[in-house]
Amino acid sequence: MLQKQVPMFICFLMGLLLFFQFYIPASWSQNFYNTILRWILGISSFAIVLGVVSLIRHHLRKIRKKEDLPYSITLIFSIFATTLIGFIGGIKSGTLFDKIFNYIQIPLQSSMFAILAFYMASAAYRAFRARNVEATLLLLSAFVVMIGVIGIGDLIHPFVPSFAQWILDVPNLAAKRGIAIGVGLGIIATSIKIILGIERNWLGR
Amino acid sequence: MNISHDPWIWIAAILTLAIFSFLYKDNPLYKFAEHLLVGVTVGYYINIYWHNAAYPYVIKPLFIEKNLLTIIPFIFAILYFSILIPKYSYFIRYPIGFLLGALNGMAISPEFKEAILVQTKDTILPQFSLSFDFLNSFIIFIGTLTVLIYFFFSLEHKGILRGLSRIGIIFLMIGFGASFGYTVMARISLLIGRLIFLLKDWLGIIS
Amino acid sequence: MKFLEYLAKIDRRIIYLILVISIIIPLIKPLNLPVGTSHPVKSLFDFIEKQPEGAVILLSVDYDASVYPECHPMARAIARHVLSKNLRLICLTLNPAGTGLALEIITQIPNEYNKKYGEDYVFLGFRPDITATILGLGEDIRKIFPYDYFGNKTDTLKIFKDVKNYDNIALVVSISGSALPVSWIYLARGRYGQDIAAGVTAVMAADYYPYLRTGQFVGLLGGMKGAAEYEKLINKKELATSGMDAISISHILIIIFVIIGNIGYIFVLKRRKK
Repeated sequence: MLQKQVPMFICFLMGLLLFFQFYIPASWSQNFYNTILRWILGISSFAIVLGVVSLIRHHLRKIRKKEDLPYSITLIFSIFATTLIGFIGGIKSGTLFDKIFNYIQIPLQSSMFAILAFYMASAAYRAFRARNVEATLLLLSAFVVMIGVIGIGDLIHPFVPSFAQWILDVPNLAAKRGIAIGVGLGIIATSIKIILGIERNWLGR
Repeated sequence: MNISHDPWIWIAAILTLAIFSFLYKDNPLYKFAEHLLVGVTVGYYINIYWHNAAYPYVIKPLFIEKNLLTIIPFIFAILYFSILIPKYSYFIRYPIGFLLGALNGMAISPEFKEAILVQTKDTILPQFSLSFDFLNSFIIFIGTLTVLIYFFFSLEHKGILRGLSRIGIIFLMIGFGASFGYTVMARISLLIGRLIFLLKDWLGIIS
Repeated sequence: MKFLEYLAKIDRRIIYLILVISIIIPLIKPLNLPVGTSHPVKSLFDFIEKQPEGAVILLSVDYDASVYPECHPMARAIARHVLSKNLRLICLTLNPAGTGLALEIITQIPNEYNKKYGEDYVFLGFRPDITATILGLGEDIRKIFPYDYFGNKTDTLKIFKDVKNYDNIALVVSISGSALPVSWIYLARGRYGQDIAAGVTAVMAADYYPYLRTGQFVGLLGGMKGAAEYEKLINKKELATSGMDAISISHILIIIFVIIGNIGYIFVLKRRKK
């Protein structure tokens, strides 16, 4: 009961209360809503514990098995070093913590995503084939938008960027609206399923 | 050429090239940089969460300002630490259940309004007129309807449904093509950002 | 024929090299290609332009370093525009990694316009829960952020003398590399009727046109192009503008790669059929 039923009941109770709160403008309802908002901010500020503990556990296991030893040690060391530097020296602009963010975290994370450009260029060459009518339509639409958004499009003819903008404003909009409505219905359905206890994946094993 | 003398710029440049070395092949330098990224990011997040959220919102109100009502979120928050004790780790479901229930309950009604009602209202055709605007509205109406029909799998796509879902596919292909065109720009932009750093801040080749 | 066959099998490292060269050359020797202005960007610019002096704009820095070259120039341009028009700026972040990036904007840009912290602009820092924060700002900003990022009590800051919640905020601009701007629409606009604008990566920009048409987004900046357009409108060219020439050349290159790949593919297909 403590393992499954109580957390599911808490989820159901909070979901029901906050759902109906939206339709009750009374001041006690507003006070309840404001209190819950502040509680949520407090509770969620500790949620990072789950991720950090899982990560450290995983890499300590790797260190015990001597798998990828130098890399796991690097990771554990950098977690503790960065955390301590922030706690001891503070997190304001100009501190060592701030420098680590600006000259280690930003370059590493930016570079990690920058290499996607190379993979995209390689994929464009190897995989984007006009095999059928649909694929050809996709490629043509992509070409028009790619030319339309750049300065060269303007130089070719003023119609090019206008046509690219029309593709974005009309057929693209229609497709994305259909998807957005579908996704919106899915989100609401999933929210209701979680509150009612039909969706229980969040309980884990 | 005006190479930087700032040691931090050099650290950033070396780490950038370490990540780029993966393009040739996987190597120890790349792996080191990858693990360093994860470690530094986690350490950074811990500090931000503590200084901006946990301390001013839970620890300070309860232990310094003696606001006893904060004990309830504090107890839920502490339950996260039960993950450290395998026998009692199921207690993490309590704060998770609280958050899931509360957040979903709060969000359902405004989301239904903005995600469904507003979008559906805009899809409804305006009064007929011989104008480009009406033509665009009509194309959007047909496109939205046929895309929704394409994603409706409860009925088999045959006969008129098949025809309509084919039209939906055409709209989807144009939409995905537009997204791909923009995605190319996005990916290239990320690379440009890094190359500008290397050429400008590190090597001083561009101003 | 051998050449056509080769077209289907170019080594990926040669492709990488050509791409890098195509980007480096226009960075070293700019072509100064024109940057147009699209209606989504102009809408946002016009909305901020028409605000009376002292109006409050909330800038939410909801991105991290992975999308820095696209989103950071947008955030900088909007901060510049707001402060140059003598509007007031409230900056916060819903992404923990956005804190350092927002801090860079807050420590650099207001000084260019001689703005006073706490009176003309404020940085509130990070709050962990997106839904609760966005909804909480609609009730009372000072209850959600009792302290600003630097530890000052928000009650004591002059900017909050007449700013309590969304009723006193003209526009929320969410700059993000994820779907956060949609959360602002669902929650801030859905519950409180707040006007929202977004600056997003180009990957997401095409997906947000439905919200632009309905007016759920007042304006939309998409990728480096959107940032470059905004920089042009405020007459302050920075990272985004300098990257546009390289984007132009690399777009042509990608199209050529696709065409070459397809020519090689068609040739290989024909040979197989024979």
